[in-house]
Amino acid sequence: MELFVNQVLAGIATGAIYACMALAVVMIYQAIDHLNFAQGEMAMFSTFIAWQLIQWGVPYWIAFVLTLAISFAGGIIIERLLFKPLAHAPILTHVAGFIALFAIINSVAGLTWDFTIKQFPSPFGSRPFLGSQLISTHQAGMIGVTLVLLLMLYGFFRFTRIGLAMRAAASLPESARLVGINVGWMIALGWGMASAIGAIAGMLIAPVVFLEPNMMGGILLYGFASAVLGGLSSPFGAVIGGFLVGIFENLVGTYIPGVGNELKLPIALALIVTVLVVKPNGLFGRTVVQRV
Amino acid sequence: MSSLLEIEDLRAYYGQVQALHGLQFSLEDGSVTTLLGANGAGKTTTLRAICNMIRSTGNIRFDGKPLAGRSTEDIVKLGIAHVPQGRGTFTRMTVEENLQLGAMTRRDSRGIADDVERMYDHFPKLRERSDQQAGTLSGGEQQMLAVARALMLRPRLMLLDEPSFGLAPLVVRDLFAILARINRDDKVTILVVEQNAQLALAIAGQAYVIETGRIVMAGEASAVADNEDIRKSYLGY
Amino acid sequence: MSTIQETVAPAAAARVTIRRSVSTIAQIVVLLLLLATPLFVKNFVIFQLTMWLVYAIAIMALNLLTGGSGQFSLGQSAFYALGAYTSAILMEHADVNYVLTLPASALVCFVAGVLFGLPALRLSGVYLALATFALATAMPQLLKLGVFESWTGGVQGLVVTKPDAPFHLPISQDMWLYYFTLLVTLLIYAASVNLLNSRTGRAMMAIRDNEIAASALGVNLPLYKTLAFGISAAFTGIAGALGAIVVQFVAPDGYTIQLAIAIFLGMVVGGVGWLPGSLAGSAFIVFVPNVAENISKGLSGAVFGALLIVVIFVVPHGARQVALYGEALAKKFLKNN
Repeated sequence: MELFVNQVLAGIATGAIYACMALAVVMIYQAIDHLNFAQGEMAMFSTFIAWQLIQWGVPYWIAFVLTLAISFAGGIIIERLLFKPLAHAPILTHVAGFIALFAIINSVAGLTWDFTIKQFPSPFGSRPFLGSQLISTHQAGMIGVTLVLLLMLYGFFRFTRIGLAMRAAASLPESARLVGINVGWMIALGWGMASAIGAIAGMLIAPVVFLEPNMMGGILLYGFASAVLGGLSSPFGAVIGGFLVGIFENLVGTYIPGVGNELKLPIALALIVTVLVVKPNGLFGRTVVQRV
Repeated sequence: MSSLLEIEDLRAYYGQVQALHGLQFSLEDGSVTTLLGANGAGKTTTLRAICNMIRSTGNIRFDGKPLAGRSTEDIVKLGIAHVPQGRGTFTRMTVEENLQLGAMTRRDSRGIADDVERMYDHFPKLRERSDQQAGTLSGGEQQMLAVARALMLRPRLMLLDEPSFGLAPLVVRDLFAILARINRDDKVTILVVEQNAQLALAIAGQAYVIETGRIVMAGEASAVADNEDIRKSYLGY
Repeated sequence: MSTIQETVAPAAAARVTIRRSVSTIAQIVVLLLLLATPLFVKNFVIFQLTMWLVYAIAIMALNLLTGGSGQFSLGQSAFYALGAYTSAILMEHADVNYVLTLPASALVCFVAGVLFGLPALRLSGVYLALATFALATAMPQLLKLGVFESWTGGVQGLVVTKPDAPFHLPISQDMWLYYFTLLVTLLIYAASVNLLNSRTGRAMMAIRDNEIAASALGVNLPLYKTLAFGISAAFTGIAGALGAIVVQFVAPDGYTIQLAIAIFLGMVVGGVGWLPGSLAGSAFIVFVPNVAENISKGLSGAVFGALLIVVIFVVPHGARQVALYGEALAKKFLKNN
């Protein structure tokens, strides 16, 4: 029983990371109807920026906030330079654009900070949380930070005018224009926020998986799985999906023999394909009707 | 009276296809004008061209200011509210949020709150449903919401694209009565595009009839309504 | 109406003839170059040229899927890996002749492609991209699985013996493999062209252009979409098998998402759905990283990405667009003479 509770809690902790990645993916999907295959690399790059700031002696939380600001600006710049001009291009061109971004970020990170793994500090430490062996302080911190983030996002979208405008732009761009919303900037803002949310995921997971240019590959795949499970059109669903996938991954790894880390990625694959085939709109998504 | 909107030599294109062939007309400040014509005559295209939602050439001046080169959202900010075909309701948001969205270009939060109340007075049904998702409203209620949302802009000019479409006759009559009242009380100039010519002519001062992208008839609404030839050949009643 | 058609027809016919003659000349020139080049270069360059052909086959297979049926895949590396391992295992564990391993790989991959194509039937656009992306990401871990280690060699992989030229031909192993690969490439090219021109191909293209309309016209959607996936996977498997033989080595980390991305990029650069473009796309993914490395070591990924962005913005239809410019020029030239 203790093992079970322990694994569920650990699952919620990694699930928090998946939730953040899924949320970032969904933010961009909502804005431009495409999946950002470079989301993981963007998060990795942000984490390196934080690491560099900390190396230069900036205190952790200041580095954290600075990194969010830089990532936010970076996301907007990427959208303005690369994806705004591609707005009406076919899907293949978009995928190619994401892949180009992926290659560039990965390579620049490798050149700047090389490919050796680096320790990334945790502001929470790794002691037992409240004296309990079930969960470490860092894991508790991951869950806590994610929940705070979710609350802030909820408040932003629910109660601010700009949040309302962003929702309107994502759901019906043409109508949004007709009430005077600058849809182009809302999309850019979505990119900025997705980039910052990804940065949070990167900084939270880096103490666990170590920092290196390829650290986000598997995590992004799990982020996609979470987003698909929750429904790509639902930020709320993406978060729930993240936690569910985290718990699922841990339990499968614990209780099914021979399926440990070895099958981590194939499990994500199976999950994605199963959800897409059985329930393409996920648990909380809405249906899209296609016409001739 | 002075002209609020002047249109000269308006030509519009969908891809290679020319949809408007040099329209020319103007709207007097405070008037109600209707643009009539069959399906595909170019009515919707004209409204979309005014808001720069399609590629067009020619001169459009609003209150003396040329609209060419302005983005749709900037044109809206000048005080042109466009109620599109199909109403453009944000179906997944609440009625109240839809109204708030209408006031997106405004900064006066006190005035916005007052206007929301005013809209609820205009359309009591909307007050009852303020917390419901707009998609759950009936067609007539959604059209009321669309008009209310447009009014939240405090527009000087309101463009309505087939507001009667898909509505029951009684609901349509209510709607046009409200439009006439808005024009009278709030001094909003109205350009309404309609296939349902009879009602539109009843509230309009001026009428234009267009066919395949050209104006074929212009005049007082009452004169157009009385002209049997026009009625039979273009308006179908 | 009929008079218009009559006046237009001869001009159109003339255009088609010129067009045909231009492309026939181009094809002959390319073929001669392909035959002659290895005679004048070093073995290492021959090896690179062979890999160029191998990737061209893989890109052609993806073109067949995308240009043929409008589906697309970021997971071709999985089928490539499956073909490579099938060939390597048959050669090393069962002593099967390398030539015979190609049809075997094709068959295995066809089945795998159909099996993956079945769930993929219900996916399109970004969803299909996602599912295939996941497939490519997961594949290396599947290849490392302990259960299969006695066959696959696990993380270490398998070494494959390089075949000699047959009939005691006096040419090097590398050169023989080049000509062998060239022959396979030509066969697959011919097969692909014929397939696209056949009834099956027309059905697939109807699906590409409008799925719902195609099904209303009686095209059996599930059959053709699955078939397209299967055939594409089979050709990719052949490319993988050839790749294993040429490189003499298979290992899980040779078949990561990077490979799938490279194949995908090759298609974009070559021009989506244009089979001859596969050669140009393949050249891009085989030789550009070398060039990039020369420009700046360590930045090759960035140079690669930057070049790709240039392609997207400047020639969005890839090599096909360049070829059309060339053709227009050639036509002008022919007309003036």
